[in-house]
Amino acid sequence: MKKTNVIKAENLTKMFGEFTAVNAISFDVKKGEIFGFLGANGAGKTTAMKMLIGISTPTSGKAEVAGFDVYKNAENIKKNIGYMSQKFALYDDLTVKENITFFGGIYGLSRTQIKEKRTTLINELGLQEVSNELVSSLPLGWKQKLAFSVALLHDPKIIFLDEPTGGVDPITRRQFWEMIYKTAHNGTTVFVTTHYMDEAEYCDRVSIMVDGKIEALDTPKELKKQFKVDSMNDVFLKLARG
Amino acid sequence: MKRFIGFIKKEFYHIFRDRRSLFILFGMPIAQIMLFGFAITNEINNVDIAILDKSKDATTKEIVNKISSSKYFSNREAIENEAEIASVFKKGKIKAILIFENDFNKKLIKEQRATIQIITDATDPNTANTISNFINSILQKYQQEINKDIKIVYQIIPQTQMAYNAELKSVFMFVPGVMTIILMLVSAMMTSISITKEKELGTMEILLVSPIRPFQVIIGKVFPYIFLSVINAIVIIVLSIFIFKMPVRGSLFLLGAESILFIINALSLGILISTISETQQTAMMISLMGLMLPVILLSGFIFPIASMPLPLQVISNVIPAKWFIIILKGIMLKGIGITLVWKETLILLGMTVFFIALSIKKYKIRLE
Repeated sequence: MKKTNVIKAENLTKMFGEFTAVNAISFDVKKGEIFGFLGANGAGKTTAMKMLIGISTPTSGKAEVAGFDVYKNAENIKKNIGYMSQKFALYDDLTVKENITFFGGIYGLSRTQIKEKRTTLINELGLQEVSNELVSSLPLGWKQKLAFSVALLHDPKIIFLDEPTGGVDPITRRQFWEMIYKTAHNGTTVFVTTHYMDEAEYCDRVSIMVDGKIEALDTPKELKKQFKVDSMNDVFLKLARG
Repeated sequence: MKRFIGFIKKEFYHIFRDRRSLFILFGMPIAQIMLFGFAITNEINNVDIAILDKSKDATTKEIVNKISSSKYFSNREAIENEAEIASVFKKGKIKAILIFENDFNKKLIKEQRATIQIITDATDPNTANTISNFINSILQKYQQEINKDIKIVYQIIPQTQMAYNAELKSVFMFVPGVMTIILMLVSAMMTSISITKEKELGTMEILLVSPIRPFQVIIGKVFPYIFLSVINAIVIIVLSIFIFKMPVRGSLFLLGAESILFIINALSLGILISTISETQQTAMMISLMGLMLPVILLSGFIFPIASMPLPLQVISNVIPAKWFIIILKGIMLKGIGITLVWKETLILLGMTVFFIALSIKKYKIRLE
């Protein structure tokens, strides 16, 4: 069965003055896929992602996200995607419940919807005990999971994760990837940037950005075969060194 | 609309859960108004005065006794000539000097009039004013006493001179001034900090990726502060009317409308600051240095604009607080209406529109 593409990018470019941050990248992401967006710091991952989530206008090129054009329909894109940044941005001075209510609210969920979602989410994450505690009192791993769930509150078609596992311990990272798998299994496309190469192995397909360009794009298995190495780490090193 | 209400609810959680911001919001206005208020209305007690008595006759001695026996003045020091006046004032202890002219008693009897010069140290204009009023009333009382039983009226003519600040321009400026500072602080500094806080925490990014529009975010962040600033303005006015007997001679409605205009002006400055600063600290520093200092120093709140050097007088024109203080003073003290402050109002309005336009432009550039 041929799956539909939920993200289409064609020669997408972003320039800041003379500097080309993203240089004519082209790729497609299929529905329900876990798409790894790799690259060293400063390779242009975040800039590329910002164009896709509608908060940065491309300099040239074409892109469609969830069926909407990034130039003309950024507002519609925003309704259909979820986003979690590397800061797991929740409000520290709001309780778990209040955070869920607030983010449900700005995504336009009704009061009953919010109430239902809130209960299921708190139960699933096992946060019953702390649901009325301020988020500042939660450990980092819990904040990360909560932030992820909050980004999924409005059942987005695609979820964008910007280095979601920065600064958490390996066990929590493993648990977090289980959540990602579950989400993808439920049909939500996952677009994830990371610089942990072991995490790249978990992705369905991986693109590797070097200096604003996509230098490689395939399944981890094919990439390893192509570069004749055993791990994604070696693939990356080979690419980065040119 | 529902989104918006949720947003505002969240803002209020932020404000009420942060003790520091609560203190700035509500503690400071009350503390400031009390501080300034009591500094201004403090009653004079045992003020040190000096006497330059050129005639040293019975009448002058009696007057000196009358003054120094009152509980307001004490510790008089006798000086011998005018040359000492400046040095006595410079020591700072003596707040007023009385000068009796030559042949005081003789003149009083022969010409029915004699002059006392009262020189006060008006570096603290309020105290100076109070002192001269007190001395004047003692003199008047004495004059009534000596004139009681005789037909010829003896006149003692006090000549008051305020040394160092002749026009006493800052009297009663404190309420308009404090109100301006508080509104500026709450509106500009607090909003710029609360917006940059979202940037710093990364929640601003989340909000921008959500369907809520940037201008809704800004209005949502600013709205609670409009509300709180209005409450603050009311608290300040009520306190100054009831505790310090500050007159509000003009229309309360006009006062309210002008205050809201100034609040919006300050808020737009706050938004502007938040677009150029990345962290809360930067926002606070810019607010303090860029807004508070000019408001305190150049708005005419503490230092009369008329006595500033010309370049500073010119600069003071671009400070919104200057115009707001003029408006407030006009409405509260002189009881004038919009027909007399329309020019200042228009300037304030123009500045507000300019700041809003500039911050919208800046905000858009940032989003690119």
